[in-house]
Formats: sequence, C-alpha cells, structure tokens
Amino acid sequence: MSGKVLMKGNEAFSEAAIRGGCRYYFGYPITPQNEIPEYMSRELPKHDGHFIQAESEIGAIMMAYGAGAAGGRVFITSSSPGIALFQEGISLMCSAQVPTVILTVSRCGPGIGGIQPGQADYFQATRGGGNGDYRVPVFAPSSVQEGVDMVYQAMELSDKLRNPVMIFTDGLLGQMMEPVVMPDFVPVPKSDEIRKGKPWALTGYGKDDSKRNTVTSLRIVPDVLEKYVHGLFEKYEQAEKELCRVETFDIEDADMVIVAFGTVARITKEAISMLKEQGIKVGLIRPISLWPFPYDVFNKISPKTKVVISAELSMGQMIQDVELGIAKRFPVRLINRTGGTIPTSLEIAERAKKIYEEIGG
Amino acid sequence: MLQPVFEYTKGMLPVETNYCPGCTHGISHRLIMEVLEEMDMLGNTIGCGPIGCSVMAHRFMNVDMMECAHGRAPAIASGIRRVHPDKLIFTYQGDGDLASIGTAEFIHAAARGEHITTFFINNAIYGMTGGQMAPTTLIGQKSTTTQTGRTVAQAGAPMRVCELVSTLDGAVYVERVALNSPANINKAKKAVKRAFDVQEKKLGFSMIEFVSTCPTNWGLSPLEAIDFLNEKMLPYYPLGVFRSPEGGQ
Repeated sequence: MSGKVLMKGNEAFSEAAIRGGCRYYFGYPITPQNEIPEYMSRELPKHDGHFIQAESEIGAIMMAYGAGAAGGRVFITSSSPGIALFQEGISLMCSAQVPTVILTVSRCGPGIGGIQPGQADYFQATRGGGNGDYRVPVFAPSSVQEGVDMVYQAMELSDKLRNPVMIFTDGLLGQMMEPVVMPDFVPVPKSDEIRKGKPWALTGYGKDDSKRNTVTSLRIVPDVLEKYVHGLFEKYEQAEKELCRVETFDIEDADMVIVAFGTVARITKEAISMLKEQGIKVGLIRPISLWPFPYDVFNKISPKTKVVISAELSMGQMIQDVELGIAKRFPVRLINRTGGTIPTSLEIAERAKKIYEEIGG
Repeated sequence: MLQPVFEYTKGMLPVETNYCPGCTHGISHRLIMEVLEEMDMLGNTIGCGPIGCSVMAHRFMNVDMMECAHGRAPAIASGIRRVHPDKLIFTYQGDGDLASIGTAEFIHAAARGEHITTFFINNAIYGMTGGQMAPTTLIGQKSTTTQTGRTVAQAGAPMRVCELVSTLDGAVYVERVALNSPANINKAKKAVKRAFDVQEKKLGFSMIEFVSTCPTNWGLSPLEAIDFLNEKMLPYYPLGVFRSPEGGQ
C-alpha cells in the first residue's frame, strides 16, 4: 500500500484501476471525467499499458469489448450522456460474458443537461438502457478512498463474474481532492499467458484448433437463447446473494430513517447530527451496492419509525427501490434536488424535519 | 502412390454455410482462409465478424473469432490489437455494416493506422434484412427501400469506400477486387496476401474491397448477377490498388 496521498477523485480512480491490473483504457472526452483519460494516456504507457482516445463513446466501449474478449483487464469511464452511448456495449458484454469495469462520473440530465453532479442516472445504471435481460453490479462510493477500493476490487470481480461491473460516482466525487491510501499493484499476465487464466479468451488457438474460441452474442434459436439467458440469471442470482453491501446506523431505534447514497449520503450524515441535536432520532441507510439493492435491510427498521425518506439528486429514482424494500410498512417521502444543485446538510435537515412534523412525528 | 492435387483449406470448417446460391461470401471466406493457411497463421489469427448475412462467419472460419455488433468490428479489432500485438487481426464487414452504421469506427481505425486488415464485402444491398438500400446501392438500382430505383435527390449518390479511405495516411494498403471471374478471384487472393503482409510488417491499416454479388436481393439468377456486377458495379467501382506502401497504384 502507498502512504497517504492527496488526490483528485478522477485521478485516484484511474490509479486504482492501474494498480488493480488494468492495462487497457479507451475513452472519449466528456466533462466531468476528463482527468481520467488524461491520467490514463500519461500513466498507462509507463506500465506497458495502452490508451486509445476513441472516436466516440460507442467506439470506446467496443474497444473495451474487444480488449476484454481478448483477455485484457479493461477500465472505461464516461459521464451520463456518454454512458447512454455505452449501453449497446454493456448489453453485448453481458450477453457474451466479457468482463470490463465501467465508472460513471454522473452529471445532470436529461439530454445534454448540465455538467454539475447528479444522481438521475440511477435507473440508467441499475436498470440499464441496453436491450434484453441482463444485470450489471453497481457500487456507489461516498468518498474518494471508497471509490479507489471499489475500482480496485471491481477489476477482480468483473473477471470472476465475466460481466461488466459499474462504479457510480458523481461530478463532486470526481472533482474533489481527498487523502487516499493506494492499494498494491496486482501482477498482470503477458499476452501469451492469458489463456491460462481465461481459457475462453480470444488469443489465437496456436497449433490445436480443438481449442478454438469464439465470443458471440447471437443465439437465433429461441430454445437455445432461453436456456442461455436462464444460465446468465443463475449467475446473477448468485451475485445478488454475494455482492449486496450497505451501511446503516441507528435504524433499529429511529423516529425517521433517511436513505441516501454516494455524495448525498455524506451530506445526510451531517444533517442527521443536526436533527439529533434537535431531539429527533434519525437512522441512515446508505446503499453501497445499488444493484443488488439492499432490500432486506429495510426489515430492520424499528416499527416505531414514522417515515422513511429517500434523499437523491434526481426527481426520485432510488425511491422506487426504497418503496420495494419498505413494502408499504412506512410512509415514504422524497427530498431531492436536480439540475446540479447539491443540497446543504442544513437544507436536508430542515426539509426532513418539516416532513417529520407533517407526518405527525 | 497417388498425391492429392487439391485439398479443401483447413481454414474453412466442414460445415454448410447459410449463403444463397450464387452468393460470393463463400469465395471471399475461402480466399482469406486459404491465405492464412498458406501463411501457417490460422492459429495465430483473430477474426471479427459483422452483423449481416455473414454474422455466422465464426461458424465457418477456423480461427478464433468475435461476433461484433453492427459496424463495430474495427473498434473491437483495435481493442484486441492492444492485447495481442503479434497476432493477425481482421474484420469482415458488409456495406451496411462498414459504410453506414459503422462508418465512424471504420474511418477512425483507418485514420489511426491500426495494424488490422478489413475485408469489405460490397454487394450494393442489405442482404440479411431483406434487400434494403445500402450506402453503395447504385443510382437506379431497386431495393426494398428504393422501390422505383435509388435517386440522388432522395438518397444521395453511392459511397466509394476505397477512394474515401485512401485519403487517410493511416490506410497504407487499399485495393478493390472483384469476385466475378477465375482471373479476378486469383487477383483477389493475391490482394488478401498482400494486405496481411502489410499488417505483419506493422505498416498500418489495410483494406480489401470485394465487389460481390447478391442474386437473391438483386432478384437475379447467379449468372445474371455476374453480368450486373460487370455491367453496373464495375464502372462505378473501378478495380485497382488505391493506396500501397510503395505509393499510389
């Protein structure tokens, strides 16, 4: 591990990817993640890695698809409208079972929207915009260090699952500087060693054509495709059991529970301290994995809780998962900003208190 | 003892293809695979297939293969190239795939001078989807989306891909061949070999355009389709070397 260093989020995530074994990065400029392609273009060649500035986000994700199918460890990043262009590739990679790690530095929409932080890509990340039945594990850090650790671990996880894994950050986490400790470099196999670890990869079969590999997505016979998709979902069911991560505090004895992820969870923690000073006991649920969503944790909420609030930088997207977890046991309300304004802890505290009073707390 | 005078290339797998009678995909598949076998490179090659009639190419060609989404093969091949610097890597793409939905990926792979070879099958029509207009459909040619014949006013003029890509310095070897006669098929095979040689020497991007037939969607017999190729296609798509490492034709 490195000593503690002060790094900008985007650069720290890039370094974590390289340390996690990424040697292939394909990117296209889009704010607020431009420090990542810049960092990778500069640093990857120092590690015998490769950078391509692609012609578009579609080009970038297809390069990732190719390099991933060839057995390389790939990291690819963008921001909201660019992630929209990734969707074709994400669906393909899930279908063909090709690993890659995708990081979004989320901004505002819809459309070109704005470049300030947003969380209105929750559906885009957790439900996906690509076609067909597939799932992508999504993890949302609320500090630069947590993002570093997630990117690093996602490299291994993506290879193990043979599926894309997404890290959901926003413009605030990407742009802010925080002290971080960097994990150690993992060893990276040479091109002629790839098949040992990834016997499915496209490497050229050498002398024995019985070892010929193909990476495909078309399954034109309905029965074959149905069976294949069921196979994918067996994998996803297992992932749902193993990958669910959540941070909570005080939910077993709360007047009110706030659910928030990423940047907003960070601000919410301070708002909760303010509310406590006013005599309102507030618990926090911070989903760390957005898919799989930690539905079960909602069973632990104290029956005396009056209201559960979803706090988000969107018009209310995660709130749908919150409502699934709550299953009508408590009233659910939304505290939100959209368009790029981040609420202060005071704003969250005041709005939460108002909701609490309206509900009769 | 009898010596074999002809053997089917090990580069083609012993399976039936899905191609129609008179379609030239089988010829271009076989030429590429014969060259790779002669170079003893079948086991050191990675192919990138398209969407279109040849979406199943990975079932016929005996090399490691990737089935690429519509038009994305050159970007995918660029990614594979970074992981495997010493393999032969090719894309195999039709006119809709390469010259319409995948124009950006194709042009930029060429502009970067990617060390890959693109085989471009130009039969002036969408095959698998049932005969719609392609970017290379000729003026006056009927398709299911130009039912009274393509007009410049409605759809613009057909794209000449070799001429277009030859303006890029990264495209170091560009040749258009036709699969209309034994002599031209032999020439096409030489062009395939030359393109792979250029790639092996890491000189840059190489592309061979095969002027091909689609009797089914042209509504012609296989022989009439050859006549159409000779009389209509070749005047608009002249054969030749558009760019080579030695310079010019």
